[in-house]
Amino acid sequence: MGPRPEDGVIAADLGVFSDALQFVVDERTLILEKTWEHVQLSGAAIGIALLVALPVGAWLGHVHRGSFVAINLANVGRALPSLAVIAIGLAFLGIGFANVTLALVVLAVPPILTNAYVAVDGVEPDAVEAARGMGMTKGQILRRVELPMALPLIFAGIRTAVVFVVATATIAAVAGGGGLGDIIVNRAAYGLEGVVGAAICVSLLALAADFVLGLVQRLLTPAGLRAGVHALEPDVTTGVTRL
Amino acid sequence: MSAFVAQGPVIPDFGEGSDCVTENRLFCPDWVRDNWSDVIQPALIEHVKLVFIAVAIGFVLAFVLAVLAHRFGLLEGPVTVFSAVVYTIPSLALFQLLVPVTGLTVTTVEVALVGYTLLILFRNNLEGLRSAPPDVLEAARGMGYTRAQTLWRVELPLAVPAIIAGLRVAIVSTIALATVAALVIPQGLGYPIFLALREAFKTEIIVAGGLAIAMALVADGLLVLLQRALTPWARARRTA
Repeated sequence: MGPRPEDGVIAADLGVFSDALQFVVDERTLILEKTWEHVQLSGAAIGIALLVALPVGAWLGHVHRGSFVAINLANVGRALPSLAVIAIGLAFLGIGFANVTLALVVLAVPPILTNAYVAVDGVEPDAVEAARGMGMTKGQILRRVELPMALPLIFAGIRTAVVFVVATATIAAVAGGGGLGDIIVNRAAYGLEGVVGAAICVSLLALAADFVLGLVQRLLTPAGLRAGVHALEPDVTTGVTRL
Repeated sequence: MSAFVAQGPVIPDFGEGSDCVTENRLFCPDWVRDNWSDVIQPALIEHVKLVFIAVAIGFVLAFVLAVLAHRFGLLEGPVTVFSAVVYTIPSLALFQLLVPVTGLTVTTVEVALVGYTLLILFRNNLEGLRSAPPDVLEAARGMGYTRAQTLWRVELPLAVPAIIAGLRVAIVSTIALATVAALVIPQGLGYPIFLALREAFKTEIIVAGGLAIAMALVADGLLVLLQRALTPWARARRTA
């Protein structure tokens, strides 16, 4: 029998959410500052990951090559423990923003690349054939036919990556990356209400990012393809290592 | 004894660090050799235990719940909602939230880890059980199978790919999450990682982090092999 919690501790624990909300309100300057750091960190990582993964994935899908690499990259990427990746990045690059960003890029590339590949690779061959018959060049086929039709799945990958990166950026705090994780790992200074308050902010941030991307996706999807978008929401079971 | 005294003041021997260790070079094989049995190996074994217990409990729970939902239509809604809510809590926070209830114990860690496996395992188990095509179920009924026999001999084997797919995600994510558990208990590969992060001691970070990554990749690979072994018909169909 381990030491029992003192009477009232459990009851007090239920009140921790209101305390947490109080903390967020009272410490809004700190929360806003850390949230902004969190956004910068996640944004930088996602931006770089997009620049790397989208062109490679879309091109591999366009030429229908490299399925082995593209598919297995997702499996390997999903298996990487974030804390270990961030820690190892730190050993090579030292503490700070750049190191953590790079580690997050490593974690964000696989879902984006794999979905881009699968999406473009899976575009209806008849549509591509028709486009070729209309005299489109390869570049035109990619830009005007394959990418628009692949958009929902590509976005599913991006959204998976974004939710994952926002959640994982919390770990960045242990490697000096800043962000809301700074509050979450420092219970000694901010108390349980601070930890929970910051955690709620991380969850809200992830949900908000997902929501905004959903809107962007709708705007970018050609009207004729909009009907099917909802069927392709990212699927939890395919994906995210929760941190 | 006198010879001992004659040697002058006794300086405790903390184990002299090699040049490599004192200079904190990228990787020091001698440190690994010296600390393998005291630091790395125990952490590795603890990590495997943490993950194994969590996934085993999570799987049994999720399987029972999935069978209940599939056969009797019970509890699907509540289980889905509960596990989805747990899934949205960042692990760094969940571990700390549980501390006032279960203390700085292994229980705290296991409860959180089991909670995270539930969503993935429950969904995949249920989807798997539901994946049997209607004509196959029809054939089973035609052969005189009872509902229980249909479940064990038809639906369950057909569910294996989905179940293993769920296990793969659950195991690799639990291996990752168990590193974070070191915030609560001094166990698992996360513990040397956190300690080494504090001192920025590169060798230990690389060894412990590398082992965590390797463990995830190996576990994932083993499950792929297990799936191949359990579903020989899938391979036969592919080659046909």
